[in-house]
This record gives sequence, structure tokens and C-alpha cells, in this order.
Amino acid sequence: MKALRKKVYMVAGYNTISMGTGRKEFHPKKPRPDLEHYIKEAGQETLKMIGGAQNVDEGVIGNFMASRFNKQANLPAFLPMIDEGLKHKPAISVEGACASGGLALASGIKSVLAETADVVLVVGFEVQNTMKAMYGADVLAGAGWMKTRKDGHAYFFPGVFSNRAGAYYEKFGREKTREAMAKWYCNAIENARLCETAQEFHNKNKDLESMANMPVNPKKFVDHLNYSDCSKVSDGASAIAIVSEEGLKKVGIDPKDAVEVLGIGQAAADITQEPENMTSLTTMKAAAAKALEMAGVAVDQIGTVEVHDCFSIAGIMGAEAIGFAEEGKGVDFVLEGHTSREGKVPFNTTGGLIGWGHPTGATGVHQAVTVWEQLTGNAGEAQIEMKEDRPYGMSVNMGGDDKSLVVIVYKRGE
Amino acid sequence: MDLVPKMKNVSVLGAAGKMGSGILVLLSFEMAKLKIGQKSKEDFVLNAIDVSQPALVNLLGYVRSQLEKHAEKNIVELRQWYADNENLVDNEEVIQQFVTDVMAMIQTSTRIETTFESNLIFEAIKEDKALKVKLFSLIKQNNPDAWFLTNTSSIPIGEIEKEAGLNGDIVGYHFYNPPVIQKLLEIIKCENTGDELNDFSIALAKSMRKIIVPSKDVAGFIGNGHFMRDALYALNQAEKLAETEGWAKAFFMIDTISRDLLVRPMGIFQLIDYVGVDVTKFILESMQPSFPQETLSHGVLNQMFDKDVKGGQYADGSQKDGVFKYQKGRITHVYDFGAGKYVSKEDIEMDCAAKLGELPTLKIYWKTVVRDKNKADYLQKFFKELHAIDSVGANLAVAYGQNSKAIGQMLVDTEVAASANDVNTVLETGFFHAYGPINDYF
Repeated sequence: MKALRKKVYMVAGYNTISMGTGRKEFHPKKPRPDLEHYIKEAGQETLKMIGGAQNVDEGVIGNFMASRFNKQANLPAFLPMIDEGLKHKPAISVEGACASGGLALASGIKSVLAETADVVLVVGFEVQNTMKAMYGADVLAGAGWMKTRKDGHAYFFPGVFSNRAGAYYEKFGREKTREAMAKWYCNAIENARLCETAQEFHNKNKDLESMANMPVNPKKFVDHLNYSDCSKVSDGASAIAIVSEEGLKKVGIDPKDAVEVLGIGQAAADITQEPENMTSLTTMKAAAAKALEMAGVAVDQIGTVEVHDCFSIAGIMGAEAIGFAEEGKGVDFVLEGHTSREGKVPFNTTGGLIGWGHPTGATGVHQAVTVWEQLTGNAGEAQIEMKEDRPYGMSVNMGGDDKSLVVIVYKRGE
Repeated sequence: MDLVPKMKNVSVLGAAGKMGSGILVLLSFEMAKLKIGQKSKEDFVLNAIDVSQPALVNLLGYVRSQLEKHAEKNIVELRQWYADNENLVDNEEVIQQFVTDVMAMIQTSTRIETTFESNLIFEAIKEDKALKVKLFSLIKQNNPDAWFLTNTSSIPIGEIEKEAGLNGDIVGYHFYNPPVIQKLLEIIKCENTGDELNDFSIALAKSMRKIIVPSKDVAGFIGNGHFMRDALYALNQAEKLAETEGWAKAFFMIDTISRDLLVRPMGIFQLIDYVGVDVTKFILESMQPSFPQETLSHGVLNQMFDKDVKGGQYADGSQKDGVFKYQKGRITHVYDFGAGKYVSKEDIEMDCAAKLGELPTLKIYWKTVVRDKNKADYLQKFFKELHAIDSVGANLAVAYGQNSKAIGQMLVDTEVAASANDVNTVLETGFFHAYGPINDYF
């Protein structure tokens, strides 16, 4: 499909706090808000901005592993818990590992395109601090092919991306790559400090570089990554409304306070296969190309990106996959400051998965909310200046090791 | 060194106690390394021996929780250990299998005869020479090849060795509380300790990743050699203050000085409560015969013991009433020794502060300083200021620091410790002090 057959907008985004280590209020042994709390908070706040539940035609819930983190399934039935007015409205839940949120957006977009709904409430959530990290790793390993779990690392996904980082070091040089990864971390934390819902909002460390440059510890963790190269273990939810032009009128929101979806690129790759190229996210590349093509937008017109930096190396390889740099040159792109908030394409302006947090099932929605905030001037302290020649935003949400991808291109509504 | 031959059958005496349970856990980690990590074909048995059957049941719960924690921390290595077992896929499965496998090596017993089969006997019973001698000689008669590793904290090992007729098959193996976490291990080779046993004890300690400090076989060794004399000094200082201020304020002020102005993790009387007034008294009594020229006892301590004010901990780790009463680990009341009752801390706090008078303006806290890179600078500035102040508090603190230093130096001069560094290591690691007693601050 060259272009969307009708206009689709996103409005009224909301993020809860990303809760977990780093937040002052987080204590692993004390009781914390549950998944009901997060779904309600995010859903209700979005409903408030769109004139209440009566304006909603259907709902989508994005989540990865509530079935194991919280022993909870049948998630569509959580939609009416948000508001009585949602009772008996259609609801669906979607799962695609860490791309669950992005797929929830895709599902909402499709409902609008199919004209079964003018207003879709999309909520993504994950509550994963219910278990210690080494057990959480078992659960998150479900994003990979289970038959490779036995031979995988104790910390399965850090192991997977550590291998990718190792391959990247070997091909393009370790020292510079480590420098770029450290820079990626510093950018993430500096951005997170500007966003009060970010998990690293309270981070006061004056010497982030030393933190990022700590020697790796393969005995206790993985061969090529530090903790600072990894996204956080997070509890949180994000919500946004996906609406048609009619829907926009129905909820009474000015198009200028909405973002329009110009293009969406979805791609899946065979989970049972090893990556065809260890130093390139080829599925992400395909999805980004599709999204850009559908939007009719060139990569150098993109003014801000929310990229899936589950690991710093994935962020760098993401910049390459989108097309900002050739393979192996993503490190230079980052080191030259292009992805920093003053750079030509600020990436992950509220910290991304490393700084803001990674409540897995919520992440794709969180990315959309952040792009919506930036393009409509709702980003508060974290607001970047959108340049005229780069008016578009992009979100890149990835499930597993480059297996399930959702890329969306946005512009501010007119 | 191949630890396997000696580690096949190991007994821990007093396994249900505070120290014994920790030592048992450490030994279970070591056996796991051999049996599961190195895939030794041998069968391993770890006997947990104690007089109380219910305590042994509780012990198994503690061991299981410690094994789980250990497995969680070492999951990367454990997955390698179990790489050949195709059924173990998730970390959780690996961890549970590890716990099950290690628990299967542990057997509980209330019978001393259980030790007759053991190659190694770890002992962590109370500090009672006669009891140790009685048990060891019984075991030795029935198990002539056994090696004894004793957690004795103050009694000279050589005396136990001679009286129990152990032929040099004993070494002092003094852990600090809690053994699983505390890195320090004082190893005390007595005059007759065999080289083979000594080498083995060092190799095992290294495998346990302990910081080893050798101590000469002199009652109290380094740790208690310092602590006991430090405590007696504090009691004497408190006694002097009590003449004018009363006991409650005296205890409180000396405790405050030893914590806040000496920058230690806890005050001296809180430490006595932690160890136990009773245990402190026993240790002093066990040391006294070796130092006839010194008075290693204190009337106040003895009378508190007689009045059943003993400190120590409940089974759940919470603190019993001693010099102080505590709530959630914080001091709430102070014992007024003269009146034989507790008074509220709040009622005396202001008076004590007024009496202590001027204190350094630079505020430093043990909790933050102890891990600070610039620790030495902070301490230097703080103690410099302390020396310059002429107040009751500052003068008491300086004298206290100087006395602590003198004790440390005495331990070196009398060759209990091989070096000032060893004394400092014991106090810094075993007692978590931010700096060693032998320093330039005092």
C-alpha cells in the first residue's frame, strides 16, 4: 500500500511513571502499584482528554507477558475496568514481545482504516518487577525462540545483543563502538532527567561517562555489555487515542494538537532463524523503509526519532537501519552528536528504553506518546525545537532480536 | 590443592547457631563447587550437628534461602555447571535443581557420633574451653585422622590442642558475623598445627574468597584482642563520667563519641549489645588467664550479667535489651546501671549534647565516608578539627582514638599481629571500621 486510504491521527497521549530501580519511590521489597493501577491510570488520563469513555468505539491492550509476570491473561477484559462507559465495547489484546505496544498501535490504526471505529483507545502496559532479574530473564527470553534458550545466556537477551555487540566490535572496532555506546547512555540519562515520569529522572550521577565505561564483567553478566548498555526493568503503562478525522471532531480536539500517521511499516522475520547479519537489524531496516515510503518522506526530513534501544548497541544499529548512517557508521553518527538533543535528529528525547524505561508491552505506545508530545509542543522540560526542514517524527518498536517490527512516521496535524 | 579427599565428609558442630549456620552454608557452597561444578564422582556429606532438633529444622530453612540467594547471584556460572542437563532450561529450573542437589548433601544430627565418620570437624559452639576439649578428645579417640577447624574467638588454640590430645590436628578458623557475608577470616596456627592442615585451611579459605589474616595463638587473637580492650576502656570512661552524670548519660555519651566522633558504624556499647553482654563477659574470662598482668573483666559488665541484662539477639535477628533498648535497630532507651532501670533516650539526649560541648563543624558520617574515594581526606580534616577543639566531647574522643591506637600497636609489638596492616585489616573488614586503629589521625 503506497499511502493510507484515509487520515489517521493520534491524540491525548499519557505515560505513567516508569517504575523500577532508579526511582526514589521504588523499593524491591515493598508493595507497589499493580497492573490494574497502571492500566487504569493511563487509560483514564487519556479518556479525560478525549471527552470520556462514551467517545471510544473500541480498545486495544498491548502487553507482552502478563501471563507470566502477573499470572494474568484475558487482557481485553481489562478495558472496561478503566471506565464503566467502556462496558461491552469491543476490546482486543495483542502480543509481539517488546513490540506489543507498536502492534497495539497498528491494530488501532487498522480499525480506523477499516472504518469499524473512529476512536480507538490504545493502552500498553507491563508490570515486571514482580520477580528478580534472573527470573525475569526467563520470562523475557520468550521473545526469542524457546529452543535456543538452553544454550543461551542466563540473561538471555543481554546475551543475544552482547553477541551482536561483539560482532560489531570485531567488524568496526571495539574502542570507538564502546565510546559511542557510552555516549548513547549519557544522552539517554540526560534526556531522562528532563522527564519526570522517566525511571532515570532521579539520576544525579555527575560522572555518567565513568559509569558507562566500567569494565564489563562476563562472570556475573555478559561478555560485551555493561548494565549501562541495557534498558531498565520497568512497571508502567502508556495510553493514546487513535482517531479518524471524524473521530477528531467527535473528541473535540484541534488537529494541531494531534499527530497524523503518515506511514506505518510492519515486518516480521522468522523467529527460528539466526540473524542473517549480526551487525545489521535487517528487519528494522525493511520496516523503516516501508514506513518512509508510505509516508513519502525522506530520512533526512525526520526531525526526531524514538528508537528501540533495548541495548545501546541496538540504538546505534537502529540509526543505521533507519538510514541515517551506513552500516558501521552509526557510531560516528552518535559520536558526532547528531542523536543528542541539540543534534540534527534528537533520538529518544525523554531517555528511551535505557533512560525513560522499558515496561515492555507499553514501550511502543510510550514511543508514540513521546513523538506526539514533541510534535505538538507538549513535551514540557524535555521539549526539543522542531526544525522546519525536518518536521516529521518516527517511532521504531522492535520485538525480540529484530523479529517483530513496527515503524511509524508522524507529522503534526493541520 | 585437591580439596576433595578432605571435603567428602564434613561435620559442623553447633551448626544451628549464629556462626555455625553461616559456616555450614559456606561449606555447602564449597561442596557444591566440587560435586556439581567440578563434577566429582565422590559422594559428599555435610553433617549439621547441634543439640536442638527444632533448631536444626529452622537451620535447613535458612540454608535453603541462602543457597537460593547464592544461586541467583551466580546464575551465569550455574548454567554452565548444568549445561549437560537438557531438562533444565530456565534460570529458575537451574536454581531449584542446584538448591535440591546441595540440600541432598546436608544431613542433620543431634549425635556427636556422627562426627566419627568425618574428615573435617568445624566447630562453632560456645566459647567454653572445657566443653571444646571434652568433645574434641572424644572425637579424636574415635576418629584419629580428623582435622579440627575451630571458630574459637579468644581461647588459645594450643591449650585446646594439648588438653584434648589432638596431635596438631587443629587450626583456629575464626569467622566474623555473619560468616556468609563477612570477608574476614582469622587463621590461628597453634604451636603444633601440622603444615598439611595449615595449607589446607588456607586453600579452603581462598576458595571461599575470604580475606585471610593470620594471628598468633594468643588469647583474643587480633579481633577480640582489640575489641575487648576497647570495650574495657569504654566501660572505665563511662564509669568516670557516671560519677557526676549518672550511668544512663555516661553510657549514652561514650557510645555517641565512639560512633559519631570516631566515625564507626556503631557505638561501643551498641556493639557490646550486638555481641551480647554475656558473650563479651565469657570472652574476657577466657582471655584473662593468658594476661595475668592485665585486668580483663569489669564489675559493671559482671553485674549487668547477674541482673540478666545480657543483650544478644533473638532468633529473628532483632536485638535484645542490653545497655540500650532498641526499636527497629535504633536506640530508644538507655540502661541506668545505678538505678537498675531504663530511661528514655529523649530525656537525656539534650543534656548529653550540652555536656559534650563543641564538636567539629565538618559533619561526616560513617555510612557515607566508608565507601568514599576521598575517605582519607575527609577523615584527615575531621580529626584535625577534632584535635583543635577543647571540649569534653572532643577530648574524650581524642583520648579514645589514642587508646584504640595503643591497643593496635600493642598487638603488633607483642607479635599477635604480623603487622599494623593486619590489625587494620581486621578492624576494617571484621568490624567495618572506616579506618584502622593504627593511623596518623591520633
